[in-house]
Amino acid sequence: MKHDIIEKNLGIMIVLIILTISGGFLAEVVPLFFQKSVNEPVEGLTPLSALELEGRDIYIREGCHVCHTQQIRPFRAETERYGHYSVAGEFVYDRPFLWGSKRTGPDLARVGGRYSDAWQRQHLYDPRSVVPESNMPAFPWLFEDRVDHTDTEAKMKTLQTLGVPYTDEQVAGAADEVRGKFEIEALVAYLQQLGTVISEKR
Amino acid sequence: MSTFWSIWISVIVLGTVFGCWWLLFATRKGQTSDTETDRTVGHSFDGIEEYDNPLPKWWYYLFVATCVFGLGYLALYPGLGNFQGLLGWSSTNQWEAEVQQAEAKYGELYAKFGDTPVPELAENDDAMKMGQRLFANNCATCHGSAGRGALGFPNLTDDAWLYGGDPDSILTTLREGRNGNMPAMGTMPNMTNEQVDQVVNYVLSFSGREKDAEAAKQGEEVYAQACVACHGPDGKGNQALGAPNLTDDAWLYGSTYDWIRETVVNGRQNQMPAQGGRLSDDQIQILAAYVYSLSN
Repeated sequence: MKHDIIEKNLGIMIVLIILTISGGFLAEVVPLFFQKSVNEPVEGLTPLSALELEGRDIYIREGCHVCHTQQIRPFRAETERYGHYSVAGEFVYDRPFLWGSKRTGPDLARVGGRYSDAWQRQHLYDPRSVVPESNMPAFPWLFEDRVDHTDTEAKMKTLQTLGVPYTDEQVAGAADEVRGKFEIEALVAYLQQLGTVISEKR
Repeated sequence: MSTFWSIWISVIVLGTVFGCWWLLFATRKGQTSDTETDRTVGHSFDGIEEYDNPLPKWWYYLFVATCVFGLGYLALYPGLGNFQGLLGWSSTNQWEAEVQQAEAKYGELYAKFGDTPVPELAENDDAMKMGQRLFANNCATCHGSAGRGALGFPNLTDDAWLYGGDPDSILTTLREGRNGNMPAMGTMPNMTNEQVDQVVNYVLSFSGREKDAEAAKQGEEVYAQACVACHGPDGKGNQALGAPNLTDDAWLYGSTYDWIRETVVNGRQNQMPAQGGRLSDDQIQILAAYVYSLSN
């Protein structure tokens, strides 16, 4: 075969390169857009409340996802420690996903209800006061700063356009729900609902 | 997965593998020389020329091997749409096998102690070694590695129990969790600042530590309205409600005037998370015995 035809015609080369590198995407990614198991929420999944949503943004702002994953893999060692392995339907309202890729701290996919609110607050204020060997940083400012409520409504509207089933009342009441709340309240509210839709151990 | 997507995936995956295969052979066929040669392909850029050598054999066979490996993998494992692969492997059944294996190995170790009554189990060294590990993994984050608790987290080694320290109460606490809730100002939400001061003094007087005897005296009336329903007329608490005994020296939230005042004004909420779904009944039995052993 004469490969100099390809090598000397930039247009043909570009087309062939695109074809080659899109193979994996077309076979592995595109079909997922149309799969029920990925698009449909698991039974009982509800979108985050305004306070939890703001808590989620604080989680992102503080970079929690850099050290904590939110994805339990189907290995016994993980399900034993964290609970039922994660399934795609739990994340359909998550934008962006916070699965993470590195565990400096433990996985948080099902941390909701694992500890009391008081523990979460204590732990975020001073991690070593409850877990002496912890190397997690402390987040004392969460106890001083109030949640910024000015964008809450806009955030929920945006999610609504992306297909998250918020009702109009929820969006309208969003700012009032978070107004005056401390950031720690929002973050703990977010943490305490994580992974609680699936409760059995599997 | 619908048939369409199944075929879509299979065609692209197999097309790619065979496409590579074809490319490998097609380029080889066009080769003018089978072995190393001094001939060049004929072009020269800035005096740089290119030998017209074939792909080295080892490299060529490596390419063939990857194609064969790929096809073998696709035959054995799920990769082509709905085709499950000849081995029938899936991540779910691999997980199930792992769990079954562990269940067979560890399940009987726990089961051995599952039916033993808690006080008897607390005397068993093997069970207590297992209990200590279960405690370290599941309870120590709040109650501390020695079970001595911390501010807001009950000490399990003393005789003060919010919900009872008998085996059945401990088992219920572990299995179902507990929700402690002291409303702000108890049952008297319109308590004035002065009344708060009085009732705090009265509570302190249970342990003979009142700051202001006069206020403490007046606090009795406030206490009768605000606190008595849960903590009882003598301040001994009520384990059915998880209302702490105010007459002993165990204080979950601090025992000073300021701490008690804070508790009265803002109330307290606390939860012990339920372990029932997470740990097996046998494990909970062992854990209950370990907790029992800490104070008995």
